[in-house]
Amino acid sequence: MSLVTIIYGSLFYFATLILFAGIAYRIYEYATIPAPLKIPTPPAPKTKRGVAVRLFREVVFFESLFHSAKWTWLFGWLFHFALLLAFFRHLRYATDPVWFWVSWEIVQAAGHYAAYMMLLGLIGLLVRRIFVDRVRHISAPSDYLILILIIGIALSGLMMKWYPTDIFALKQFIIGLIYFSWSELPSDFMLLLHLGLVLLLMIIFPYSKLLHAPGLFFSPTRNQTDTARDSRHIADWARKLES
Amino acid sequence: MAVKEFEKPELKEYSDVPLLEKKATAHLAPFKSKEEFQSSLGYPGELVDNWQDAALDKMGDLLKKYRSLRVYLDSCIQCGACTDKCHYYLGTKDPSNMPVGRQNLLRSVYRRYFTLPGKYFPKLVGAVDLTKEVLDDWYSYYHQCSQCRRCAVFCPMGIDTAEISMAAREIMDSVGVGQKYCNEIIGKVHKIGNNLGLPEPALADTLEGLEEDVKDETDIDVKYPLDQKDSDILLVTPSADFFAEPHVDGLIGYGKVFHQAGLSWTLSSHASEAANFGMFIGSYANMRKLAMRIREAALDLNVKRIVFGECGHAWRVAYSFLNTLAGPFDFLDPKYPVPQHICEVTYDLIQKNVLQFDKSANDDMVVTYHDSCNVARASNMGDVIGGQFTIPRDIIKATTNHFYDMDESTIKEKTFCCGGGGGLLTDDLMELRMKGALPRMEALKRVVDDYGVTHMAAICAICKSQFSKALGYYGFEIDQIISLHQLVGNALIMNKKEL
Ligand code: SF4
Ligand code: SF4
Repeated sequence: MSLVTIIYGSLFYFATLILFAGIAYRIYEYATIPAPLKIPTPPAPKTKRGVAVRLFREVVFFESLFHSAKWTWLFGWLFHFALLLAFFRHLRYATDPVWFWVSWEIVQAAGHYAAYMMLLGLIGLLVRRIFVDRVRHISAPSDYLILILIIGIALSGLMMKWYPTDIFALKQFIIGLIYFSWSELPSDFMLLLHLGLVLLLMIIFPYSKLLHAPGLFFSPTRNQTDTARDSRHIADWARKLES
Repeated sequence: MAVKEFEKPELKEYSDVPLLEKKATAHLAPFKSKEEFQSSLGYPGELVDNWQDAALDKMGDLLKKYRSLRVYLDSCIQCGACTDKCHYYLGTKDPSNMPVGRQNLLRSVYRRYFTLPGKYFPKLVGAVDLTKEVLDDWYSYYHQCSQCRRCAVFCPMGIDTAEISMAAREIMDSVGVGQKYCNEIIGKVHKIGNNLGLPEPALADTLEGLEEDVKDETDIDVKYPLDQKDSDILLVTPSADFFAEPHVDGLIGYGKVFHQAGLSWTLSSHASEAANFGMFIGSYANMRKLAMRIREAALDLNVKRIVFGECGHAWRVAYSFLNTLAGPFDFLDPKYPVPQHICEVTYDLIQKNVLQFDKSANDDMVVTYHDSCNVARASNMGDVIGGQFTIPRDIIKATTNHFYDMDESTIKEKTFCCGGGGGLLTDDLMELRMKGALPRMEALKRVVDDYGVTHMAAICAICKSQFSKALGYYGFEIDQIISLHQLVGNALIMNKKEL
C-alpha cells in the first residue's frame, strides 16, 4: 500500500466523518433550539404543505434570490445546478454495479458539460464579489477562498480530461473504502489535487457559511405556517415566565 | 427640537443604488437611557464593569433561546442580495446600514467567540474581538434599523435582520446600555398604561371632547366609551390616536363604524395603549408584560372580542404574538379571531352591507396607500394569504373614487419603511429618519406627478407621525398623510339610531 493511498484513504474517512457528523450535529442544534415566536414573511402559507411547497421553490429555484438580485441568482443557480449534475456523474465511481440511470449517456454528458457551467457561475460570483462595491465591502478572505476552492475543484476535475487517470483503479479505491477493503489509489497529480480539494471542502463544510444548506430548512421566516391566531406557539423557556 | 443641519438627499425620478460611504452615519446614535428607566425594566443602570463577559453570556443565552438568531448568524452566504434593500442604506450610503453589513457587526463577534474558525483564524473569517468600539458601533447601527424586515423578504436564506437587531438591543440593555426613547416609554406604560403617560381622567376628558366634536360635525351622538363593563368589544389603539393629527381622525372613524353597525364597544384605561415597545428592544419578558395588560383589561371589562386600532408594530404583536404571549383567549367569543384588526371589522361590515358610503365625500382627495412594514411583512388580515394587502385597499376603494398604488417594487411585501419604525421615532435620530424616508418619498413623488395623488393613507401611528415630519422635509404638505379610517369616517352614511 503506497503512502499516498494511506494518506488519502485516511483523509477520506476523516473528512466523511467531519462532514456527516458535523452536519448532523448542526441539524440537531438547529432543531432543538426553540423558535419562540411566529415570524414567517409573506406570502406565508397557512399549512404545512404550503411550507413544503415554499421551501421546495426556494431550494430548487432560489425564488427569493430571483426577486432580489438577478445576476447573483443566475450565477448562483448555474453553479448549484451544475454541482448537482456533476454529482450525478460522479456516482459512477461510488456505485457498484453502477446505478442504471447514472450510466445513461445523458447523465454522463450533462455531468461533463456541467463543469463549464459551474465555472461560469463561480467566476460570475467571484467577479461580482470583486467589482460590486457593496459586495466587496462585506467580503471576508474566507468568502473569496471558498469560491477559489470550488473553482479549483471544478478546474482540476475538468483538466482530467487532458490528464487522464486510471479510472478503473480509482473506482476500486473508492469502492474499497466503502467496503473496508482498500486498494491502491492511482497517484496522478491532477487526480490527487482534485480529491484533495474535495476533502478540504468536506472538512470545512460544517464550520463555514456552507451551513446555509441545512440552515435554509430551519429559517423561521420561511418554514413557519401563518397560524398565530389559531394556536399558541409557546417555547418551553417562555412558558416558565407564566408561572 | 429642530432638525440639525445635514445634507438633504435629493428626490430623484428613479431611485438608484448609491456608492457606499464608510461610517457616513456612525455619529448617529440615540440618547442613552437613564438609570431609573433602565432599572424599572430590570436592566443595569449603566455599563457594567465586566460588560464583555456579560454581553457574551447574554449572547450565548439568546443563541439557545432563539433559533432565528443562531441559524441566521450561521447561514449568511454574504451574497450581497440584500445590500440595496434597506431604506437606511439607500438614504445614508453607510455600508453598515446594508442589512448584511448590520448583521456582520454581531456576526463577527459571534464568530470570534462561538465558532472554531473564528477562535483560531479570526482574520480569515472576519471575526473580531468585542471591544468598546464594537459596542459603540452596535449602539449606533442597531439603532439605525427599523426592524422592517424588507431585507428578510429578499434574502435567499430568509435572514431577518430585525431578529439580529432585537437580539443586539437585548444584549446591550443587559449590560446597561439602553436607548432612552424606548425604555422611557415602556416605563410609562408599566406605570400609567400608555406611551404618553396619559392618566385615566385626562383620557376620559379627551374622549368627551371627541364626542362633542363629532356631535358638532354630524349632529349624531357617537360615543367614545371608556372602561364600560360588559361591552362586546374592547378596542385597543395606539395612544397617539387620542390626540395627534392625523391619528385622531382615524379614531373618530372607528367610533363611527361601531356606532353605525350598532356594536357595543369600549376603550380601557388599563390597556390604553396598543403599542408594545418591548418588541423593539427584543425583550420577550417586557413584551409579554405589556401584552398581559390587554388580557387583564379584557377579563376585567368582561368583553367578547378584542379589536386593535391602526398601529403597525402593535398589530404585529397582536396578530403574531398576542395569543402566544398572553393566551389562551378561550374566554372570548370563539366566532371571532383573537385579536381582530379594525380593518377586518370594517371590511366584514362592508361585505355584509351594514355600512354604506357616499364616496363623493372624499372627492377632494386622490389617494395612495402606504403599506406599513409590520402589517405588510409581519402579520396578516382576514383568513386569506395576502389579506393584509387587499383588505385596506378594498376599504379605500369602497370609500373613495380616486385610488392609485405606488410603484410595485415599493408596496405590499416590498414596501419601504416610513423611516421611523422600530423605536427610532425620536427627535435625536431626526437625520436618520429623514434620510430613511427617502425611498418612500421618491415613490410618492412619482404618483403625485403621474396621477395627481394628493393624500397617502396609512394604518400605523408611527408612520403617520413620521410622515408628518418627512412630508414637510421633502417639500410636500404635512397634512397629506391621513388615517385610513378618516376616509371611512368621511364617507360613511350615518343615520340617527334614536329616530
Ligand atoms: S441576502 Fe441574506 S445571505 Fe445574502 S448577504 Fe444578505 S443576509 Fe446574507
Ligand atoms: S430590517 Fe429593515 S431597517 Fe433593518 S436592516 Fe432590514 S431593511 Fe434595513
